[in-house]
Amino acid sequence: MLEIKDLHATVNGKAILKGLNLSIGPGEVHCIMGPNGSGKSTLSQVLAGRDAYEITQGSVTFRGKDLLEQEPHERAGEGLFLAFQYPVEIPGVSGNQFLRAALNAVRQYRGQDELDAAQMMKVFRERAKQVKIELASLKRSVNEGFSGGEKKRNEMLQMAILEPHLAVLDEVDSGLDIDALKIVSDAVNAMRTTERSFLLITHYQRLLNHIVPDHIHVLVDGQIVKSGGKELALELEEKGYAWVEEHTKSVAG
Amino acid sequence: MTTSEIEQLAKKEYKYGFVTEIESETFPPGLNEDVIRAISAKKDEPQWLLDWRLKAFAVWQKMDEPHHWPQLKYKPTGYQDISYYSSPKKKDGPKSLEEVDPKLLETYEKLGIPLGERARLAGVAVDAVFDSVSVVTTFKETLKKAGVIFCPISEAVRDYPELVQKYLGSVVPHSDNFFAALNSAVFTDGSFVYIPKGVRCPMELSTYFRINEASTGQFERTLIVAEESSYVSYLEGCTAPMRDENQLHAAVVELVALDDAKIKYSTVQNWYPGDEEGKGGIYNFVTKRGKCAGRNSHISWTQVETGSAVTWKYPSCILQGDGSVGEFYSVALTNNYQQADTGTKMVHIGKNTKSTIISKGISAGKGQNTYRGLVKVMKGAENSRNYTQCDSLLIGDRCGAHTFPYIDVRNTSSTVEHEASTSKIAEDQMFYVQQRGLDMENAVSLIVNGFCKDVFRELPMEFAVEATKLLAVSLEGSVG
Repeated sequence: MLEIKDLHATVNGKAILKGLNLSIGPGEVHCIMGPNGSGKSTLSQVLAGRDAYEITQGSVTFRGKDLLEQEPHERAGEGLFLAFQYPVEIPGVSGNQFLRAALNAVRQYRGQDELDAAQMMKVFRERAKQVKIELASLKRSVNEGFSGGEKKRNEMLQMAILEPHLAVLDEVDSGLDIDALKIVSDAVNAMRTTERSFLLITHYQRLLNHIVPDHIHVLVDGQIVKSGGKELALELEEKGYAWVEEHTKSVAG
Repeated sequence: MTTSEIEQLAKKEYKYGFVTEIESETFPPGLNEDVIRAISAKKDEPQWLLDWRLKAFAVWQKMDEPHHWPQLKYKPTGYQDISYYSSPKKKDGPKSLEEVDPKLLETYEKLGIPLGERARLAGVAVDAVFDSVSVVTTFKETLKKAGVIFCPISEAVRDYPELVQKYLGSVVPHSDNFFAALNSAVFTDGSFVYIPKGVRCPMELSTYFRINEASTGQFERTLIVAEESSYVSYLEGCTAPMRDENQLHAAVVELVALDDAKIKYSTVQNWYPGDEEGKGGIYNFVTKRGKCAGRNSHISWTQVETGSAVTWKYPSCILQGDGSVGEFYSVALTNNYQQADTGTKMVHIGKNTKSTIISKGISAGKGQNTYRGLVKVMKGAENSRNYTQCDSLLIGDRCGAHTFPYIDVRNTSSTVEHEASTSKIAEDQMFYVQQRGLDMENAVSLIVNGFCKDVFRELPMEFAVEATKLLAVSLEGSVG
């Protein structure tokens, strides 16, 4: 599904990712954890194709194609979805209008027929039902005046409707109370299939009480320094990131 | 996405830039009393109208072009270098669609203006004005049954002289301003609409203006009168061929709404804007004003201004009747070297009068966009209210947005609110939309449409769709 090899990225000339390697297979759920400033969010932005980041070395292959060659909308068309840490407001554009445009753009990219308004509504209803999120928010302008929880739920609804092959969830748990966290996690779990992969990016272990990953990676200073199964999260919770950082230094030394 | 990339989204071909090869009768360039007499004679006008024209011409000669206050820079028009009358050659006016020159019909078909079968399907009555004359008006008979008069103004002068004489110049006097005076002296055609008492006009009325001939000006005059408790929705559209020289368009529109009448006037202005280097394009100097003469009357202006090299236009409302309502909804887009200085005037005279102004200015490329608006509440206009919202959106970093609100309130019981904002299309908005699958142009278009939503929803349905598309085309190349 996704193959990242020796990825180096800089922003404003400052190196953030320094030789990152990661391989995600179909249906797998991976989680990247790490302290603030380790490069977690940079990774998600680089995968989605944000301009501000410069790739200085390495390669990323997504579903057999060179991801780094593609424009952001092409990556979406290929089936990459990014749930934003800070979803952006688009005043005057209703959620319905936005998602209709998005879904048809993605379908067009994939050589599928565009859907008319009625067909579109049917898809929206089915997808919303699957992830148990109300469609009511789609009548409002995208993210405008939404609470933190509403924004994250809305990201999950968009993900459900766009049906990506790989969903990257950037700090999807930040700023959520326990009820909202449960709704978001349930949505992700409902979307899990043997084909669809997820990359969770989080600072905290608590998300992993709700979404159980297959693999956990610890990102420190732009590199993955430790990988393991779901038990790694508990160890991190107990000992803190300092433990990994110490561990890394001693290995390097 | 970088700024330079954003800036490229505005370099699309102007698709209405073709010229129709048709034999025309065009006056030699120049303007003097004889030219005015000749125009009047061409149209077989009564003496009172010729006198009115000459009076306007005399005033105009003493006036100066307003160069100082508008936020506009342009080469002045050589008023003696252009022709003031051009008409497709024909013997008599066409009696029906079948008699219209097929080349003209083809022109309007190319422009997407329904004159024939498609008009019937669309349910819109159209008056098509080609250079200086009206070539065809559809649906006349259907409208006649409802008592509605919709015809070229030259025909109205002949067939309904009392009505025209009563209202012509009653809202925009012959001496109102430089361009209105010029128009009064030389106006050639335009539409006349009369809605009798208690009648709701059974369909949308539409006039389509086309400048074809080189080195001509277009000076149309539109007059709409809505009698007591009547209603009409009217739309005008405009295009012109691509030419290297600037062409002048100086129109006057007058609206009169009597007791409980409502006039909804929508404009989609897409005159040729000039090329990427700012060469050519239409100079659009227009005076539009509505008088809410009657109690509880209502005039609503909606404009989508995407064309012209220079736009100077302030559709206004005089709220004379007690309880009358004036509205102005505007989207003005300037791209490349386009300049727009546009806005409105709301003059509250009657008690309990209400006005709403929603202005959305979009600047891209090196475009300059100015909102200029006056809200004047007279002493007797007790308990009046105004709400103004002016928003500007900048695309790229070489364009400009300017706002000049003038507020003059002369009593203590009225309320005036003014809100203004200026924003840029944020890089994070673009990235968010692109991440969901839209390419750069569609992303800009979606965001800009959202910005304009409050105005677009005032447009008749089918034109709202057109306006959305037009905006997308006008923005093409401003990002890339």
